[in-house]
Formats: sequence, C-alpha cells, structure tokens
Amino acid sequence: MEAVYHHYDAVIVGGGGAGLMAAVQLAGRDVAVLSKLYPVRSHTGTAQGGIGAALGNVEEDHWEWHMFDTVKGGDYLVDQDGAEILAREAVETVYDLEHWGLPFSRTPDGRIAQRRFGGHTREFGKGPVHRSCYAADRTGHMILQTLYQQSIKNKVNFFDEYLVVELLLSEGRAAGVVALSIADGRLHVFRAKAVLFATGGCGRLYEVTSNAHALTGDGMAVALRAGVPLEDMEFFQFHPTGIYKLGILITEGARGEGGKLINGRGERFMEKYAPTLLDLAPRDIISRAIYLELRQGLGINGKWYVHLDLRHLGAEVIEKKLPDITDFVRTYLGIDPIREPVPVQPTAHYAMGGVPTDNWGRVVVDEKNTALPGFYAAGECACVSVHGANRLGTNSLVDILVFGRRAGRDIARYAAENELPALPAQPAEGARALMARLREGGNGRPESVAALREELQREMMDKASVFRTAEDLSRMREKLAEIEQRYQRARIQDKSEVFNTDLVEAIEFGFLLDCAATTVEGALARKESRGAHYREDFPERDDKNFLAHTLAWRGADGRVRLGYKPVTITRFQPQERKY
Amino acid sequence: MNYHLRVKRFERGKDSAPYWSEYEVQAEPTDRLLDALHQIKWRQDGTLAFRRSCAHGICGSDAMLVNGVNKLACKVLLQELGTRITVEPMRGFPVVRDLVVDMEAFFGKYRSVQPFLLTRGPTPEKERLQSPAERERFDDTTKCILCGACTTSCPSFWTNPDYVGPAAVVQAHRFLFDSRDEGGAERLAVLGSRDGVWRCRTIYNCTDACPRGIEVTRAIGEVKKALLLRRS
Repeated sequence: MEAVYHHYDAVIVGGGGAGLMAAVQLAGRDVAVLSKLYPVRSHTGTAQGGIGAALGNVEEDHWEWHMFDTVKGGDYLVDQDGAEILAREAVETVYDLEHWGLPFSRTPDGRIAQRRFGGHTREFGKGPVHRSCYAADRTGHMILQTLYQQSIKNKVNFFDEYLVVELLLSEGRAAGVVALSIADGRLHVFRAKAVLFATGGCGRLYEVTSNAHALTGDGMAVALRAGVPLEDMEFFQFHPTGIYKLGILITEGARGEGGKLINGRGERFMEKYAPTLLDLAPRDIISRAIYLELRQGLGINGKWYVHLDLRHLGAEVIEKKLPDITDFVRTYLGIDPIREPVPVQPTAHYAMGGVPTDNWGRVVVDEKNTALPGFYAAGECACVSVHGANRLGTNSLVDILVFGRRAGRDIARYAAENELPALPAQPAEGARALMARLREGGNGRPESVAALREELQREMMDKASVFRTAEDLSRMREKLAEIEQRYQRARIQDKSEVFNTDLVEAIEFGFLLDCAATTVEGALARKESRGAHYREDFPERDDKNFLAHTLAWRGADGRVRLGYKPVTITRFQPQERKY
Repeated sequence: MNYHLRVKRFERGKDSAPYWSEYEVQAEPTDRLLDALHQIKWRQDGTLAFRRSCAHGICGSDAMLVNGVNKLACKVLLQELGTRITVEPMRGFPVVRDLVVDMEAFFGKYRSVQPFLLTRGPTPEKERLQSPAERERFDDTTKCILCGACTTSCPSFWTNPDYVGPAAVVQAHRFLFDSRDEGGAERLAVLGSRDGVWRCRTIYNCTDACPRGIEVTRAIGEVKKALLLRRS
C-alpha cells in the first residue's frame, strides 16, 4: 500500500497533557495532533494527588521555596534556570486551568484547595507545606479532560490511534514523522516545519510499574534512532506506594493527608530515615527505605511489602479526599482502607531522563546544547532537566503544562519564520522495512515478543531498579544484548492490516530496548549514588566527577556512546541532602 | 483455576459475519479479565484484538460486553464472572475488529454538547471562586472517562443510533451544573432537540453499566428537569 502524505505547520505526537497544552497554544494554526490512543486515554489521566504551585491559598508559600524543593529533591542535578521557570510559571498555569473550567477541590472560602506532598516544604526545608492543588485524587483525569475540552473548543485536528515510527530530518532540521494508522495498517507521512514529541515515559521497562501498557518510550527511542542523544536515562523513579504485586499507584496525597508507612514490627520506620519529613520525604528516599526494611525481613509477615495505614484518617477524609484509590484498593485487593492497612511496594513510576531540551522545549543534541531546528519535546519523554536525579511529586503535572505551553508558543514563532522543509527521499521505507521484518521474522527460530518483553521486564526489575551494582548492571548489559539479538528474529502471529495490536506491541518493544540500553549504560558509567540512581558499590554522591548530565547516543551497530554536560546552577549551591 | 473464554471475533473488510473463538486460560480468581485476555493474546493467539492502556479503570479503553453486561476488562475480576465467560464488543457501535469498535460517532456526540466551559465577561487574575457546595453539585459527572459503557447499554440508543446518548448527557451535565458556566442555553438547545435527552426512557441500564459509579440516569433526569424549568 502507498503511504498517505500530509503537510502541516506543526505536528504534535502525543495527546496527553504536554501535547494538548501545546496544541491549545497553537489554536487556529495549521497543526495536527497524533496519538496512539484516543487522547482522553493518555496516561496524564491517571495522575492522582495534585499539581504543585505556590498559590499560598492555605498557608504562606513562595515560588522560591518550590524552586528550592525541586532542586534539592532532584539531588542538585536539576538545571536551576529551568526549575525557576517551573516554580514561577506553575502559578499562572494553574490559574489558566481553572479559567478553562478545571474542577479543583475548594477551600471553605472558595479558592483552589491545596494539600501536602512529599518533599514540598516551607522556608527551605523547615517542614511540609500545602502546595499541591488538587481535584480529589483524580487531578490528572481533570487536567486531561480540561485540555481535551479546550482542544475540542479550538477545533484541533486529531489523528487518533496513529503510532509514530520514525522522525524525519532533512538539511539538519526536523521535517516530519512517519506514523502507522492502527485502524487500517497504512503508513502516513506527515511533513511539517516543527515536530513536538510529547509521548510520555517508558515505565514498561519494569515488571512492577504504575505505568499504562502504552508507556513504551516511543518518542525517546524514535529520537535516539534519528541520532539525537537521550539525557540522564539512568535516573528512573520508583514510587514508594504501589499496590502489592499490581503496581497500581496509591497517591502520595494519601500520606499528604496523614497516612503512615508501617513495617512488619508495627514500626513507623520512616522515623529512622527522614526524621523531619517522615512519610513525606521524597520518593527515592522512601523507596530505598522500604527496600532496606524488606531486605531485613521486616516486611509484613516476612513478605515483600509494607503497610500504608490510613485508618486513623477516618471514613470521611478517605471517602471524600481519596475516593479513587479507595475504589482501587477495594476492587483489586478486596480490602477496605477505612478498616485495614493497604499492602504496598515500590513501583516503577517515572523517567527523569529523556530527550534533552532547552527551556522552550527545543531539542538540543550535544554537550554544547546545540539545537536541532524544528524539533521539540515536552513532558515525560523530555529532559529539561527540571527533575534532576529524582522528581518531586506533583512536579510532573507542572512540567507537562509549563513546558508544553512554552513549546507550543515557540513552535508558533518558529512556524511563522520558516518554510516547509523538503522530505528525505522515500520517507516511509524505513518504517515499511521494520514492519515487514516483524511480520516475516528474521533468520532462525522465531521469537515471541511477549516472552521477550516479560524477560526484559523481570531482568530490569532485578538488576537495574532501586539498588544497583556494577556486577548486576554488567549482567543486565549482557542479557540485553541477547534479548536484542533474539528480537531480530521476532515474528508476529497476526498478519492483518486491520487494528493489528500484535504489530503495535512488537514495534513498541523495540522502543523499550533502546530505552533499556541507554538506561543500563548510563547507570554503569555513573559511579556514584544520586537521587533515584543508587549504586551499592558507590553509595556516596560524587559532585567532583558526576555533577553532570549524561548524554547517550546509539549507533546503528547498537553500541551506546556516552558524553556529559554541565548542570546549570544559579541560586542554590549543592549541599548534603537530608530530610 | 481454569477459565473458559468464548470471544466474539470479526474483522472489518474480511469477515461477512462474526464468529466465536474458544480459549482455556489458567488464572487466579483475583486476576482481572484483562489479565486473561492478555494471556490469550501473548501465549495463545496474537490475532485477538482489543484496546487497553492503564489497566486500572481510569483510561476507559477496554469497555466490552462481558457475560452480557458492559464492563471494563481491567476493572472486573474473574471471580465475579464464573468459569465460563463470554466476551463481545460493546453493542451499537460498528465493529472494527474483535473487541475493538469504531468510536468516531460516539465522540461526535460528545462534541455536539459543547463539552467545554463557556463564560462571558473578563477572566479574573486569580481563580474564580466556587464554594465547596457548588463544587459538590456536579462532582459525580466529572468522573466520566468516556468509555462508552453507558451509551452502548442503552436500549433507546440501540433502536435510535442518532440519540445523543447517556455519555454526552453526562458531559453536558458536568457543565450545566457548574456554577462558573454560562453556556446553559446553548447546551440545553441541543439536549432539548428531537434526538436529545427525551429519548431516555429511564431504563437505568446506563447507571448499572458505569464503571465509575456515576448515577447516570439521575444526571439525565436533572437535565430533563432543567429543560422543563427553562420552558415554564
């Protein structure tokens, strides 16, 4: 079948919070949004506890405090010019959302309600602060709905259920993308002046994850294959409270409302690890604390979980402020959190790393931050870097909105100043060849993508998650090379053109492999412990050698090459990180 | 436990009529139906097509007809379904493939009720004020995830596919009862038309089908009442 050709001023890949926020900025312009799901199915919708902004509706708060918490939370790997923008613009962005109708929960005097959240403090670390603006425990759902509503109002062009397969470049600029229309199996070539990737994260690298099945690192891998490096991929956040075995998230807002973590001896063990913030310490610290308790056999009845105890909050707080997670716990565990504590374990949650960008979402491709004109990234697939080595709760929603908005605005400028680039010759051939290989299989015994994926997820969980060592990571590197070889022989069962999800999953798995390779190589080379990256063989942070962002390129031979670029430090000099 | 799944199959452009595939699955009673479907897809039959993403009842991708009732496959456990389980696509939408239906018309109806805040006058610098009680007034209908379970369980929709359907009414309700919204007249004009809210015969299937526990029929009733009050 011939590919279908389109041209637009801008193409946005991804219909979650970052993509839709950018699309709304580009209202009335010649823009298309591609989403591999219906946009309202995007993972932004599963965010629960809130969006951080120093509104000061409940108590005194300032953007400088938010900025400091973000920098310290990220273990000083945060680019501080970006963190300043994040904390300042969070405030106006939250008001934008309210003006567009977002149904925030309210204070008694009718203003946007705010709750406490991990790592968010008053006066540079003195104690927790009410900063997270929330809509019960479905804030992400409300954000996604509100942005989709605004997109409908502004008549955005949507291409629903289109999977991006390739980024097109020509003459040193972005020139468009190739995407698969899932419904009928046709390839579409989108020629565009500007391309924004807002494709989300890659949590499906791990066996236990809060992430949707769709989160397979598509934008990261497609950019990497086009020669763009990925930044700081070794920093992957494990959220402390996933539902035992399932990994489904229990919001940090549950602890923000007063929930406590308890080990098998009935102890509130966070007293040992973070005496000031306790259960509201940042996620990397609590996830490590839980693992340490579990390793000492202090799980509940010796099993691989601890308890999140909400009972003392009372039925009204639980039902009114945390209705969705109450429903999850009842549905999937058959437990009522009003009467019983909830079994939780750390769950793979968020990629701090991704496609490197400047503060306008413009993708930068080397140690000197040289831009690749016309190529933008925002949201979890991007790395500004405002999260550094560990993201604070609520800051993902801030990130997608603040930097989605900035990317959209800069794209408007760029599209007005530039002509449509030429397409490379035979733009759909690469995608066509990939799909043909997956349909027909390589030489030798065919492999099952599902079996390979299960193996990858299990091995990554075992060897490249909360605790890491050179030995484990080296074994992971070997295992990954083996899985990649076997993937070359993968063959799908489904040969149909119509809604072939067997093919979609096979393409997605290839994306995961690129994310895994850059994660493992970055982790092996970073011989220090910082934020979410903890090396048991190098347990200290090493600012002398590693106060730097990793850049990872991948050649056609599969080999990963690493480089480093400096961290931008403006207001806050690196200090020891204690809570 | 051993489970027997009977799944309705069809491929647009290829099959002249739907047919059934039968599968045996070993699973725990506390596993989700989605886990069983994945086991089929990943270990037995890669050609089985269905949508899914978040796998915990929030994204709304995997609504389907399970033992004759609309469910999200990720929000129903096998122990609720017995050991012989029948799975079909939602009723009333064109089938694309197997459990995947064409939802374009569904989203078209959603768009027809102007599902966005309409206001007049200048925008304040900070937030618009809204009391907790005003916020509570439309809380129930903000939960909608647009999965389609309500609309495709509605006999009025089955007999008249032009009926705007419960999901679109829920979305309109969310704005009609929001103290900040000023677009009531435009929305009520759509909902008061021939294929609007009066097609509802108060059968309550929609309320039973909603995986988010929204009192859909009650919301529709409140919209009807708003229309009557407007007329008088």
